[in-house]
Amino acid sequence: MLTINGISKKFNIGTINEKQALTNVSLTLEEGDFITLIGGNGAGKSTLLNCVSGVHGVDQGSILIDGLDVTKLSEHRRAGSIGRVFQDPMMGTAANMGIEENLALAFRRGQSRSLKWGITNKERERYREYLSQLDLGLENRLSSKVGLLSGGQRQALTLLMATLIRPKILLLDEHTAALDPKTAEKVLQLSDQYIKEGNLTTLMVTHNMVNAIQYGNRLIMMHEGRIILDIRGEEKQRLTVEDLLCRFGKVSGEVFANDRALLS
Amino acid sequence: MLQILLGAISLGLLWAVMTIGVYITYRILDIADLSVEGSIAMGAAIAASLIYSGMNPFAASSIALFGGMGAGLVTGLLHTKLKIPALLSGILTMIALYSINLRIMGKANLSLLRMDTVYTKFEEFGLNHSSAVILFGLLCVTGVVGILYWFFGTEIGSAIRATGNNSQMARAQGINTNNMIILGLVISNGLVALCGALIAQSQSFADVQMGIGSIVIGLASVIIGEVLFGKKNFFTRLLSLVLGAITYRIIIALVLKMGMPANDLKMFTAITVAIALSLPVFRSYLIPFKKSIKGEL
Repeated sequence: MLTINGISKKFNIGTINEKQALTNVSLTLEEGDFITLIGGNGAGKSTLLNCVSGVHGVDQGSILIDGLDVTKLSEHRRAGSIGRVFQDPMMGTAANMGIEENLALAFRRGQSRSLKWGITNKERERYREYLSQLDLGLENRLSSKVGLLSGGQRQALTLLMATLIRPKILLLDEHTAALDPKTAEKVLQLSDQYIKEGNLTTLMVTHNMVNAIQYGNRLIMMHEGRIILDIRGEEKQRLTVEDLLCRFGKVSGEVFANDRALLS
Repeated sequence: MLQILLGAISLGLLWAVMTIGVYITYRILDIADLSVEGSIAMGAAIAASLIYSGMNPFAASSIALFGGMGAGLVTGLLHTKLKIPALLSGILTMIALYSINLRIMGKANLSLLRMDTVYTKFEEFGLNHSSAVILFGLLCVTGVVGILYWFFGTEIGSAIRATGNNSQMARAQGINTNNMIILGLVISNGLVALCGALIAQSQSFADVQMGIGSIVIGLASVIIGEVLFGKKNFFTRLLSLVLGAITYRIIIALVLKMGMPANDLKMFTAITVAIALSLPVFRSYLIPFKKSIKGEL
């Protein structure tokens, strides 16, 4: 479903801050794969996601979504096949617009927009139903501004928006990192539920090793812009945090350096 | 006094068209677009020179609208395609328009005395000039408010609002944010130029200088409207812009009546806008102050 062929990405080329963010990264996701992506600070996890979604162009290599080469396509042209949830709950929704208006924008993702009404009554009924499944009481606040919602509510809404039209790829970029532990758990479970129900091909960045092991069918660890571990199937099911730290040490020759990952 | 009031209302109604244009860029797109200073004079220049050469005033005003749209397109392209910051793009267009407007008119100002204007038809029904302007201004404003209320409810209109609100989110939803910014600037500058055309006809002359300070007047009207008449939903917002523009004109008429020299008007407006824009800062100082007073009690 997603094929990443040897992509490299360098930032601030020619300046003192030049940084090789990705080095020859290749990765193939089959339909329905749910990959958890873990790694230390600056490992290139978010850069990889941003290259897939088109926020950054790549210096080398190519990206194919469902067989279509999207390497040169701009961010909004790729959006039709990609659902995204960001780390910052403010990023995924338009704060000054209503809940239903945000959903209506997401409902038209990947379609050309015309001078038809931005939202229809039939849609409203559907949105109300979807929102009631979130169990956050949002179904009675369809026209409320999203800016009035809490971080967790906004993240749940963003998740709903990302999956409203079935995305070929779902990209979750540390989407629970800014939430309190209880809300984070709820949003994570909701994500897992949507992914399972829709058999969604997913790439989820997390800083939480327990979550990375607990969720998904495949775990990938990145370090200094490269993929250093790729664990799947039964092997992943037997994995523990200690195993993971140990294997990280062997492959990279360093101690895993991410306070947040170790503490949680 | 009544005559002054009627004059202020008629002028306010015409400026309301411009205020709505400023609102589109300043509030909806979150861009301070200075090209409007050039496009208002451009609208006046186009309408005046076309009417002077014998064209139907309604056709001339429509062409002025399209001229303004062109100016907005240039600012939009400078900003989105050439990546020039929005503020600077607007300034560049504004400066270029100064020369263009001189070329359109062939001189610095053009008189329309005794020419047929869009208001002449209404005056033929026996209305005096300011009543005719009020009637036609009301028609224009109603039309503009109606069309924009519809437009910003459509898929494209929603996409423009999303772009101004959170462009990252808009792109993630497949919206071509660059095109939406250009479209917003085109609509805004079109309305501003239409306003220029209507003002030139109502005052019977077009002047290449008439745009100076117009962005500040537009902002003042937007803010007065928001503060006094609320921003509950989109329709009340549009209405508040019209009332804001009229209120601004009434305030100006009153301070002039009270004896303020007309030359000080622009400074008066600038200070008003500066105070209005800095209100949130004062409020953030005041709120802890109020709390500490309450705490002591």
